[in-house]
Amino acid sequence: MRIDCDVLIIGGGPAGLCAARSLLGTGLNVLILERDPFLGGQLLKQTHMFFGSKEQYAGTRGFEIGQILTREVQASPNVTVMLETVASGYYPEENFILALEKEKKLYQIYFKKVIVATGASEKSLLFEGNDLPGIYGAGAVQTLMNMYGVMPGQDIIMIGSGNIGLIVSYQLLQAGVKVKAILEAAPTVGGYFVHAAKVRRMGIPIFTQTTVKRALGQNALEAVEIVNLDSKWQYVAGTERKWSCDTLCLAVGLSPMSELLWQFQCEMRYVSELGGYVAKRNAIMQTTHPDVYIAGDVSGVEEASSAMLEGTIAGFAAAKALHKMLDSVDQVIQNSQKFLDEMHRGPIGEKIRNGLAKVEVDVCL
Amino acid sequence: MRIKEHPIIDYQKGKTVTFTFDGVPYEGFDDEPIAVALYANGIKTLSYSLKYHRPRGIFCCIGNCSSCLMKVNGIPNVRTCTQRIEQGMVIETQGKGVKK
Ligand SMILES: Cc1cc2nc3c(=O)[nH]c(=O)nc-3n(C[C@H](O)[C@H](O)[C@H](O)COP(=O)(O)OP(=O)(O)OC[C@H]3O[C@@H](n4cnc5c(N)ncnc54)[C@H](O)[C@@H]3O)c2cc1C
Repeated sequence: MRIDCDVLIIGGGPAGLCAARSLLGTGLNVLILERDPFLGGQLLKQTHMFFGSKEQYAGTRGFEIGQILTREVQASPNVTVMLETVASGYYPEENFILALEKEKKLYQIYFKKVIVATGASEKSLLFEGNDLPGIYGAGAVQTLMNMYGVMPGQDIIMIGSGNIGLIVSYQLLQAGVKVKAILEAAPTVGGYFVHAAKVRRMGIPIFTQTTVKRALGQNALEAVEIVNLDSKWQYVAGTERKWSCDTLCLAVGLSPMSELLWQFQCEMRYVSELGGYVAKRNAIMQTTHPDVYIAGDVSGVEEASSAMLEGTIAGFAAAKALHKMLDSVDQVIQNSQKFLDEMHRGPIGEKIRNGLAKVEVDVCL
Repeated sequence: MRIKEHPIIDYQKGKTVTFTFDGVPYEGFDDEPIAVALYANGIKTLSYSLKYHRPRGIFCCIGNCSSCLMKVNGIPNVRTCTQRIEQGMVIETQGKGVKK
């Protein structure tokens, strides 16, 4: 079946929802495709309170932010939401997106502008036995315990001391799961000091320059062999030891889900600071394909606060391109850009700044 | 195992449904994915890999990685981390009994 819309938004996480919110009241016909049965993306698993400024919902828990944005967007007459619908491919000859609803119904979706906000997928680690049941990404552990109230395990070891590793360790304790230790390959803890201090206070040790070498178990994980690393990230012989555990949680980063952007033939670049291949874009989140905008983790893995700002910018930019803008649109875009710049300031934002410097270009408009 | 009490989250559960896994009946809630309902019943191994017959469970649990594919109502390769459980569903381990 054929559907026509003005602005197509792929992905209903914080980035996609904020893009839709920018388009409320413009009279433009907006369509959101979301493969899950609900809107909110990764936000729905975040039980902790957010940092940042009031505009970025500081002090509100992640899942509540997801609910607030969902309500705003669903109440709007010019936005249609298709749930359980996957955008599965772009067909350049006819310029449509093919979407599959509930594994049954196919749609050809024609659009004037598209905002790709598909998020990111979790990375794994290379070690012997890494495919055993019991070894999960941090997002999976959060899904089980925070969305569905199911215990991920009894006895967990966490790999990665970035903010996600630290926060999920804390959430595991809240759910009553024992976290044996957090292992970190680097010489220093990756996440914010406050998060690290909190988990240490709760009695979880963090071992730096330590990683997992092997996973052991018959039908599921029973133990891991861990090992120390030297300053060149090599195993230190003789330091191997076996720790029992039924769950190993990998919090080792995410990579942007940029498949659709390759199909749109956007100019792509591998930028390790941003998690993988990302599309080049200008300050209003437009890619080298003039009708394609990006926002959120797919444009570079960062956090929900930046995803919301990028979504806001991309939404307004698409409205402006279709001449459905408020008089103050440039002002509004600049405001969001200012907040983003503030987030990227200082030593904490250095990595992202370096990454963005490699993909921000003055294209099209 | 289900979390009984949580300091922050008030879990909203759907309707209780019964389904079978490899012929044995189990219960779950109709608003949770198949893999989650199985996990709550202590079932972690969902399939065996084709070539080496290695056990497989969930990995990403958000529909990206295809580590959770199972046979559902006779249809193979169903993504059980996103597909909801339904009353009377017949769930089977995928690749069981395949020769090494
Ligand atoms: C454990 C953890 C803790 C975190 N803690 C924080 C924190 O404290 N503060 C913070 O700011 N950020 C935090 N983040 C990061 C934050 O959750 C993400 O940066 C943010 O959700 C990214 O938003 P997004 O909209 O780009 O992607 P997502 O939230 O991933 O949303 C993308 C959406 O697109 C959908 N989708 C993907 N592909 C398709 C397709 N082809 N068709 C249809 N739909 C599709 C997905 O189902 C999903 O709903 C955390 C992340 C994790 C994993």
